[in-house]
Amino acid sequence: MNRNTTIIIAAAIIGAAALGGIYILWPRANAGDTTLVVSTTTSLYDTGILDRIEEVFEADHDIDLYFISVGTGLAITHAQRGDADMILVHAPSKELSFLEDGYGANRKIVAYNFFSIVGPEGDPAGIYDMTPNDALATLVEKGRAGEAIWVSRGDDSGTHTKEKVLWGSAGFDASALRDEGWYREAGSGMGKTLQIAEELEAYTLSDMGTYLKYHTDELISLDVQVGAGEALINVYSALALDPDYNDDANFDDATTFTEFLASSEGQAIFETYGVDTYGTALFYPAVELLESNPDSTTAVWIANAAFFDGSECPEEYRVGETDLYN
Amino acid sequence: MVSVILDGLARAISLILAGDPVLVEITLRSLAISGFATIAASLWSIPLGALIGLGKFRGRVLLRGAFNVLLGVPTVTLGLVLYLLVSRSGPLGFLRLLYTPTAIILGQAVLITPIIVSFVANTLEAVDPDVRNLALTLGSTETEAVLMVVNESLEGVLLSVTAGFNRAIAELGIALMVGGNIRGVTRMLTTYIALETNRGEVAIGIAFAVILLAIVAAVNLSVNFLQRRLRR
Repeated sequence: MNRNTTIIIAAAIIGAAALGGIYILWPRANAGDTTLVVSTTTSLYDTGILDRIEEVFEADHDIDLYFISVGTGLAITHAQRGDADMILVHAPSKELSFLEDGYGANRKIVAYNFFSIVGPEGDPAGIYDMTPNDALATLVEKGRAGEAIWVSRGDDSGTHTKEKVLWGSAGFDASALRDEGWYREAGSGMGKTLQIAEELEAYTLSDMGTYLKYHTDELISLDVQVGAGEALINVYSALALDPDYNDDANFDDATTFTEFLASSEGQAIFETYGVDTYGTALFYPAVELLESNPDSTTAVWIANAAFFDGSECPEEYRVGETDLYN
Repeated sequence: MVSVILDGLARAISLILAGDPVLVEITLRSLAISGFATIAASLWSIPLGALIGLGKFRGRVLLRGAFNVLLGVPTVTLGLVLYLLVSRSGPLGFLRLLYTPTAIILGQAVLITPIIVSFVANTLEAVDPDVRNLALTLGSTETEAVLMVVNESLEGVLLSVTAGFNRAIAELGIALMVGGNIRGVTRMLTTYIALETNRGEVAIGIAFAVILLAIVAAVNLSVNFLQRRLRR
């Protein structure tokens, strides 16, 4: 075989690869389907629940869901830049400014669970079953004495936002603690942060979904030291982009998807997801509870943590015809 | 540690044998995206490399230095810059490229341009200058002489292109930032490995890493084979 033949063969291979590539990459979404870009938090996506939701939703709707999984902070930035049609997040204070600054509309609380303060087996700092305030105060004391380490997410995610609130209510300023040796910043997602805490035999704040997943798979041996309680409630909400801010965004489909999440079909997914694998649900449905039992303890906790002016979405942020708030 | 890796290896083998649809889909997509990026980048990088390697003009050394520096740009930085460009509020937002395979192809092509340019410039410089002088004396035009030098060092050029492909298929930052790791659209080998690792599915992460390495090895072996053919 001479040189030229070889070059021709090589060219033929590249040409065939190019044709095959075009075939593979050519969009093959069902004709007529619209796409809905949902920017969401890693603590939801990494549990796999959104894959399940996507499956159920797409079976009945001509809408292609595109989930982009980032931290709550970046999810909001995406939406502000017009790169997402809606967000699914868990940081009420950030959601409020998202609404107030005119970006968001039609907020709907769809689910909740609890954060936990987790720490090494045997609990060397002795914070088991304390209130979050006492637990954190004890950790500061032990940390300064060189007897405990705290690992912070440090990435401006929803969980990190919650952590800063907790430090605040315990009487500490998280930005000042950063300079202390026992307070480490992971700057990573929840899974990575849990693994760092495991290695350092440290304490950290975790969402329940990621913790259960890692614990069940024996990737970590950390135990829950401070669990369910009002201060540690974790509320997930869906927010559409206000069409007045960005009429390019897919507002109609965002409404459809939010209504699905709030429907009994959508809520049932939250109620059952993970029960088979972990023996307990990773999330709890919030819609029915808030509607029919607003005076129950948990509903009051949700309201205290995530309502604005006594409502999950004050009138001025509601747009268009929707039965989300009946 | 060892057991996790062995577990991953076993998983990789069973996935391959079963012809796992997810595996097939994202492997083909990775190959297609990085393959396209490599072809596109080669189209402008080989001529540019030849110009820098063989050309005689002011600023040549500076240009070379610049491309060498660009070799060190972190993919996540490049991904961020590209995201800001193709974001809907960015200057190229009207093209609606964000979260498409096309955006990843463009990004990877930009990423590997300095690799191909630098390597090609290097390999052409290394060819004996007499080859080119001889061609010129024998009455070739300047272009013909350059083509002759390229032909003479075809193996080196092929190696440059392969290095570019290896870099493209193994990068994560760009695919994540402008692709978004959307299931069925822009999910690739590296983004899938990152996702499953974050999810705590370490064995699946290892399995797909093994598959990624197998692909890189297969591509490089084929290129080696081609090179041996060329040498005859």
